[in-house]
Amino acid sequence: MARAVYELRVKRGVMYQEHPAFARDAAGKPLYSGLDEKGLLGVSGPEDFKVKGTRELTADDFIYQIMRLADPQVESPVLSILEKYILGLKEYSDALRVDLEEIRAKRRAAAGLAYNQAVDEEQNPIILDFWKHPLPGVEKVDSHTFRIILKTKYPQFVYWLAMPFFSPMPREAAEFYKQGALAQRNITIDRFPVGTGPYVMATFNPNMEIALARNKNFHYEPFPEEGEAEDEKAGLLKHAGQKLPFMDRIVFKLEKEAIPRWNKFLQGYYDNSGISSDSFDQAVSMSTTGKPGLTEEMSERGMRLLTSVRPSTYYSGFNMLDDVVGGYTPEKQKLRQAISIALDYEEYIEIFNNGRGMSAMSALPPDIFGYKEGREGLNPYVYDWDEARKRPARKSIEEARRLLAEAGYPGGRDRDGRPLVITFDNPWTGADSTPMINWYIKKFALLGIQLENRTTDYNRFQEKMFRGNFQFFSWGWNADYPDPENFFFLLVGSNSKVAHQGENAANYSNPEFDRLFKVMENMDNGPERQKVIDEMMALARADAPWVWGFHPVAFSLQHGWVENVKPNPMANNTMKYIKIDAARRQARRDEWNRPNVWPVVAVIAILAISSLPAIITMRRKRGLSKKKD
Amino acid sequence: MLSYIIRRILYAIPIIIGVNVLTALLFFYVNKPDDMARKILGEKNVTPAAIENWKRDHGYNLPSFVNTEEEGVKKLTETIFFQKSVPLLWFDFGRSDRNNIDIGEEIKTRMWPSLAISLPMFAAGLVISLFLAMMLAYYRATYIDIWGVVLAVVLMSVSTLFYIIGGQYILGKLLRLFPISGYDTGLHAAKFLVLPVIIGIIASIGVGVRFYRTVFLEEINKDHIRTARAKGLTEGMVLFKHALKNAMIPVLTNVVVSIPFLFYGSLIMETFFAIPGLGNFTIDAIQSQDFAIVRSMVYLGSILYIIGLILTDISYTLVDPRVRFE
Repeated sequence: MARAVYELRVKRGVMYQEHPAFARDAAGKPLYSGLDEKGLLGVSGPEDFKVKGTRELTADDFIYQIMRLADPQVESPVLSILEKYILGLKEYSDALRVDLEEIRAKRRAAAGLAYNQAVDEEQNPIILDFWKHPLPGVEKVDSHTFRIILKTKYPQFVYWLAMPFFSPMPREAAEFYKQGALAQRNITIDRFPVGTGPYVMATFNPNMEIALARNKNFHYEPFPEEGEAEDEKAGLLKHAGQKLPFMDRIVFKLEKEAIPRWNKFLQGYYDNSGISSDSFDQAVSMSTTGKPGLTEEMSERGMRLLTSVRPSTYYSGFNMLDDVVGGYTPEKQKLRQAISIALDYEEYIEIFNNGRGMSAMSALPPDIFGYKEGREGLNPYVYDWDEARKRPARKSIEEARRLLAEAGYPGGRDRDGRPLVITFDNPWTGADSTPMINWYIKKFALLGIQLENRTTDYNRFQEKMFRGNFQFFSWGWNADYPDPENFFFLLVGSNSKVAHQGENAANYSNPEFDRLFKVMENMDNGPERQKVIDEMMALARADAPWVWGFHPVAFSLQHGWVENVKPNPMANNTMKYIKIDAARRQARRDEWNRPNVWPVVAVIAILAISSLPAIITMRRKRGLSKKKD
Repeated sequence: MLSYIIRRILYAIPIIIGVNVLTALLFFYVNKPDDMARKILGEKNVTPAAIENWKRDHGYNLPSFVNTEEEGVKKLTETIFFQKSVPLLWFDFGRSDRNNIDIGEEIKTRMWPSLAISLPMFAAGLVISLFLAMMLAYYRATYIDIWGVVLAVVLMSVSTLFYIIGGQYILGKLLRLFPISGYDTGLHAAKFLVLPVIIGIIASIGVGVRFYRTVFLEEINKDHIRTARAKGLTEGMVLFKHALKNAMIPVLTNVVVSIPFLFYGSLIMETFFAIPGLGNFTIDAIQSQDFAIVRSMVYLGSILYIIGLILTDISYTLVDPRVRFE
C-alpha cells in the first residue's frame, strides 16, 4: 500500500516563553510539582510563580502533541479524522482509552460506593503513559527532525499541519498543569498555553478581557519584503524587513452587545470593528455601481474599510432521500432547478445582508482552487450570461414555472390537482428570523408551492437531519482549509448524514460524483484537477441537491492609526504584523471624548426651580396651621 | 428562635431536592447528553464514538435517575442525578461541561463584579425611593405629589432595555460623561460602574416610590401619627421617626428577600455593560447548554431564596415587637 511520509524539520534555536513549568531545582527536577493549596496562596496564573525557565523547541514536543491528541481526556475533535490518515493512531488511541478505563475501574473499586469520578479526577488528574504503546505513524529522526507517516496519500494534510492542534506541546507544561491544586484554581493549559510565538498570555479572563504580551524569547522574524501585486501601493510593505512583532500588548475586550461595541469603536476605544446591520448605513455607502465605500462621517474620522469574500457557503438543500423533492430522475432535477431559480439570492443578499455577499454558482467560494469567475463559472441551470452587463442574470420566474410543469407540478399542483407542499426545517428561532422565513415562503409561492415552516431549536433540527425527517433546509459551511476537497466532501455519498452520520446533509449520492471526488482529492492543483472539478460541478449543478445560495462578504473597519491590516480568513497569525500609532490614537480619543456637563446641570436646575412653588406653598401652609394652633 | 431556624432549614431540604430534580428533568427534556456532547465537541466531524467517549468522560453515560443494571443502592447512586447533584449539598459545584473550569472558583470570582453593581444600585435605589416616597407623602395632594406619581408610573412602565440603550447613548455617547460599557479590576472599576448604577436606580425607582408612597400614606392616616402631630412634632419628625419606623414591615418584606439575590447579579445589565458577573455567567451557560453550570446556579438560586425568606422572618421580629417565633 502506498504511504505518504512527511519529514518535518524544526528550526534550531527557537526558545519557549518563560514559564514555571520549565523551572528546575538544583537536582534538575521540576520545581513546581506536587503543588497544594498552601503553595498556591496568591497565585492566579503562571505569571505569579517566582521562578520560571525556558528551553529550546525540539521534535519531541511535536511528537508529544500528536500522542496527546490521542489521550481521551483531551477530547480532541480532530482525532476521529486524524485516525483515518495517521498510521496506527486509531490503535494507539484505543489503547490509551483502555488504559484510562482500567485506571478508572481501579479507583472506583478502591473507593466503593462513595466514588465520584468527576470529583476524584479533578483532585487527582490521571496522567497516562504515552510511551507504553507504539505509534508507528510518528517517528523521531533526530532532536530537530521527525516524520509523520500517513496510510495513504492525502495532499490536504499540509493544511492540517498548519492548524492549532499540531502546535508543539512541551511535556513539562502538560504535566505541570495536571496538578489538582492548579485545576481547582482554573489554572489550566487551555487558559494559559505555553508556546514559542510572538505573544504570551498575560491575562486570561474570558469574562472580561484576554491580554497578550510580547514574548521576550520570540525568535527573530522580519516583516515580509514581498507581497501581492497591490500590497506596496496599499502601503502594506512599508515596514518590510523590520523585526516582528510591533505591538507590546494586545487586549481583547469582551463586548457582547453590538450597540455599545459600535459606539466604543466610534469613540476610539477599539481599534477595529465589524459592521452590524444596524450600523451599516451609518458606516457604508454604496456607489451607483454597487461598490462599497465609507460614508462621509467615517471618512472624516480617518477610517479604512476592508472587504473580503469569506471562504464560506450559505446554502439551502433538499433531502435527496425524500420521495417528493429527492431522487435523480429528470423530473426531480427540474423540480429542484425550478426552486433554485425562484429563490432569488441576489434579492436575499440585498434585504438581509445589506448587499454583503455574492451569489454562489456552486459549493466553491472564490479564492479556492477550482472556482471560476465570469461566464466560465456560470451555473447554466439558474443563470444566463448578460453580455451587455458582463455578469450573470438569473433566469426568469416563467422559466422556473415551465420547469416545474415539466416536473409534473404545473402551477404548483400535482396531476390530481393537489397543491405541492414542502416542509422547511431550520433552527432560526430568533426574532429577526421571521422576515427571512417569510421571504422563503413568498419565493416558493411564486411557483404555487406551499412552503410549510418547521422551525425548531438547533438540537431538534440536528436530530431531524440525522434521521432524514425533513424535505428542505438551510445551512452553511465555513472552510477549514482552502481546498476544494473541503467543500465537495459535503456532497459525497459516503459522507451522507442519514447513512453515515457525516456532513452531507442533503444525503446526495451520485456514484459518478463520488468516483470523481476520489480522484480529485488526491490530485495536486493543476489543469487535470481543474478538469475533474468542472465535471463534478456539472453533475452537481444538474442534480441540484443544493440551492447554491451565497458566499458572505466580510466588511471591517479600521481606525487610521492601525497599519498593516490585510484580510486573511484562513490565517491565525496576523497580529504580529499589525502596527499601532499609539500617540495618534490617544490624541483622537481625547479630541472625540470631551465631556459635556451643562445639559445635566440644566436638568437638575429645572427640576429644582419647578419644585420651589410647592415647597413655598407647603411651608406657608404648615406655618399657618402652626399659628392657628 | 434557634429551633425555628433549624425547623425552616429542615423544611428547605425537600424543596432543594425538588428543585434539583425539576432542573434535571427540564434540562434533559430539552437537551439530551448527546446534544450537549455534539455542541461541545464542535459542529463538524463529530463521530458517534466521540460522543459516547465524551459522555463517558463526563459521567453522562449513566441513566438519568434509576440505574436498572446495578444492584441495591447503586441503582440510585450510579445515575447522572446522584453523581451530579449530591456534591452540590456541600457546595462542590464540580467542573463545567463546556470549558472544564472549576465552577465554585468561577462563582467566587464573578460574585464580586455582580455585587459591585447590584449592591450600590440596591442601596442607593432603596434610600432614594424611600426619600422620594416620603417627600411625595409630605407634599401629598400638591402638584409635586401628582406629577411625582405620574412620573413614577411612567418610569415603571418603560422597559429596562430602553433605559440602558438610552442611558448609554445620552450619558455615554452624546454627553461623554461615563464610559459606555466595560469593567476593570479593583478601584479602576468605579468609573465603569457609575452609569449602570444610575440607570439601575432610574429603572427601579418608579416601582419603589409608588409602593413606599402607598405604605407611608396608609401609615400617616393612623392614630399614632395623629397623636404625634397633636404633640406638636414637626412634619419631618412625624414622617421620619414615627411613620418610617412603623412602615418597616412591608418595606422589609420587599427588601430583605432581595438581599441574597444581589450575589446573582443582573442578567441584562451585565450583558449590556460587559460586566463579568454571575448574571452573564448564567446566560452564557444556558446558551452554551452547560448543564453543570445551569444546575449549580439554579441550586444556588434556590438556597439564596430560602435564606432570603428566613432573613425576612427574622427581621420582622427586630422591627415589630408583636411578631414572635411561635
